[in-house]
Amino acid sequence: MPTADITSSLVDSGMPRLSSTQIAASLITAPATSHVPDSVGHFGPYGGVYVPETLMIAVHQLAQEYERARQDPSFARQLAFYLADFAGRPTPLYFARRLTEMAGGARIYLKREDLAHTGAHKINNTLGQGLLTLRMKKKRVIAETGAGQHGVATATAAAAFGLSCDVYMGAEDIRRQSLNVFRMKLLGARVISVETGAKTLKDATNEAMRDWMGSVEHTHYIIGSVVGPHPFPKIVRDFQSVIGTETKRQALETLHRLPDAIVACVGGGSNAAGMFYPFVDDPAVKLIGVEAGGRGNNAGQHAASLTFGQPGVLHGSLSYVLQNQDGQTADVHSVSAGLDYPGVGPEHSYWKDTGRVKYATVSDAQALEAFGILARTEGIIPALESAHAVAFAITQARSMAKDKILVINLSGRGDKDCMEVARLTGADLTLTATTPA
Amino acid sequence: MGVLVQQTMPNQSQCLMDLFSISCQASIIPRMNSVINNSFIRSRQLGQALLCPFVTAGYPNLDVGPELLLAMQAAGSGCIELGIPFSDPIADGPVIQDSYRLALEAGTTVDRALAMVKQARTAGVTVPILAMASYSIIFKLGCREFAAACLDSGINGLVLPDLPMEEAPAAVAVIQDCGLGTSLLVAPTTSVERRKSIGDLCDAFVYYVSVSGITGERKVLPENMAENLRELKEHTGKPVCVGFGISTAPQVRSLRKAADGIIVGSAIIRRIREELARPRPYVPRAVGDFIADLSAGLKDQVPK
Repeated sequence: MPTADITSSLVDSGMPRLSSTQIAASLITAPATSHVPDSVGHFGPYGGVYVPETLMIAVHQLAQEYERARQDPSFARQLAFYLADFAGRPTPLYFARRLTEMAGGARIYLKREDLAHTGAHKINNTLGQGLLTLRMKKKRVIAETGAGQHGVATATAAAAFGLSCDVYMGAEDIRRQSLNVFRMKLLGARVISVETGAKTLKDATNEAMRDWMGSVEHTHYIIGSVVGPHPFPKIVRDFQSVIGTETKRQALETLHRLPDAIVACVGGGSNAAGMFYPFVDDPAVKLIGVEAGGRGNNAGQHAASLTFGQPGVLHGSLSYVLQNQDGQTADVHSVSAGLDYPGVGPEHSYWKDTGRVKYATVSDAQALEAFGILARTEGIIPALESAHAVAFAITQARSMAKDKILVINLSGRGDKDCMEVARLTGADLTLTATTPA
Repeated sequence: MGVLVQQTMPNQSQCLMDLFSISCQASIIPRMNSVINNSFIRSRQLGQALLCPFVTAGYPNLDVGPELLLAMQAAGSGCIELGIPFSDPIADGPVIQDSYRLALEAGTTVDRALAMVKQARTAGVTVPILAMASYSIIFKLGCREFAAACLDSGINGLVLPDLPMEEAPAAVAVIQDCGLGTSLLVAPTTSVERRKSIGDLCDAFVYYVSVSGITGERKVLPENMAENLRELKEHTGKPVCVGFGISTAPQVRSLRKAADGIIVGSAIIRRIREELARPRPYVPRAVGDFIADLSAGLKDQVPK
């Protein structure tokens, strides 16, 4: 059929899609590869650059500087030094013995990103982008933050490198994450409250981009996840890939084999991208991303872009997004501020369509339960984001044989969430100990 | 391949084929959108720049829209830029962003905004109307479907604020094929090579962003603007409209020789907001009076 031939050849040659229905009609048939994105930032049909012309000079400059940095051994040495001596890497791959016993299936290992400096994986990216900022001779960095972890990590890198730092944060998130706001201020950053929209991560991202449009000459925008216009999704994935690279090496060294399954939570998707990317070309390793299922499956009750969304354009790239029928960004909800985002990185969309990564959801209630379980069984309080991965992993491990290995990317620690969890569970913080009966 | 054949709907194959043949044509025949271009030619013959005020569709509500557009036309607008409200406009400052939010909260949808344009045409609005729409909206609705619906409503062109030349060619080809004009943005930092390529994608006008940053009023515009505009016209061979930051009659006056069109946005939205704060507000008159002031600055002789 000539029509089909022409269509498929256009699809294969990466012809840009012009509507979400066209994407659905052109599901990628080739297996996923690690050789993405192309030179203009496309992961299959996803990614790209959808930003005002004012920002093009900045994204071009960043792409060029990043390529130069990648080929400069001194950059790699510098980054390795800061990751080791400042951030405390490598983080352990820890056997969760009691959690494994409780689940009663596969052996569960935790990749301890919660032990990285500032308490989450976010520092891997901010140190890398902080060093890029120095290379570009810019004096100021800005960032958006949801849970505050990326804001803290940016403020930390800025302090370490002597850069001035402004962090945009939704007013609702400021309320939920007051401890992190205080930490950022201690680190010398200015926290700017964003009062627009739902006052969460999406709105903070808008404001950071607006700031950058007027300040590109002297300011670098340290985006916190694998989202945004090219080259951000690639840069953040690369800097976060230290997680997966270490995990692979540690598994081979201590277990003498690769894991059978790896589970990571997905909001924008940076910890999952960093963990999964080094395993993309190892088809025997099952990769599972866990999205925020929130309170239910109806629009506005969750933040599961890959599970319930459709291809669309948000924050500079084409990816799965949660939008209404007019392309307006939908309201989202998650108990975890870091997952409360209506989009996801374009590489995850690519992985979803190729089938390389499977995506599931975990509800607020399940995440809260897992938060408590990990604390009691392992003595580790996980971030609410990571608790989504823990919840799914317990079920997944149970369905696997006891000689199998499952790795959870424990992306962050949960100290920041304790107040919010106490509020949600109705705990009385004035009682400091349980009174004996 | 097998999966592809099964899942490809006939109309989508057709669409991709159209796209293919249009891309071929577009590269051979440079063209201008006649409706919009004629307005520029007429105003040039009068020795004037075209005043292109911006309003948000559905702000303060859709009911007042036709009357508002009529008042803008009567006050001397040569062209009207109509913002299709979007939940996450990156290029826009707080004033326009807020108007988008309020318009959406008041129930504005793309369908309703286009129905309002249709009413305005029936009511006697004849100047070209360009819709400014985020690519998020265009992509979601389907480029061809959206463009066709715009044309049907009486819209003459699209301003594409977040579609850089890297991603634009296929969409621009479809939009132009539907009979709508296209206008893409050039920034002060855009290189000469990019300016030429962007110019090739514009068949309505080239939208020159006067200042780095978001939309919104500026007290002082860059000094070298006239020179920049002249160069840009030379490089692109297209009419150039200037926007972002322009809010006063003296600013409009200072640009009337160098630019083919002058876009005023946030200042008008702010007038609407001020009017709404008054007892018994009448938005069409308030906007009309303001545009008449700006428009007077375009004439060589300032009336006494």
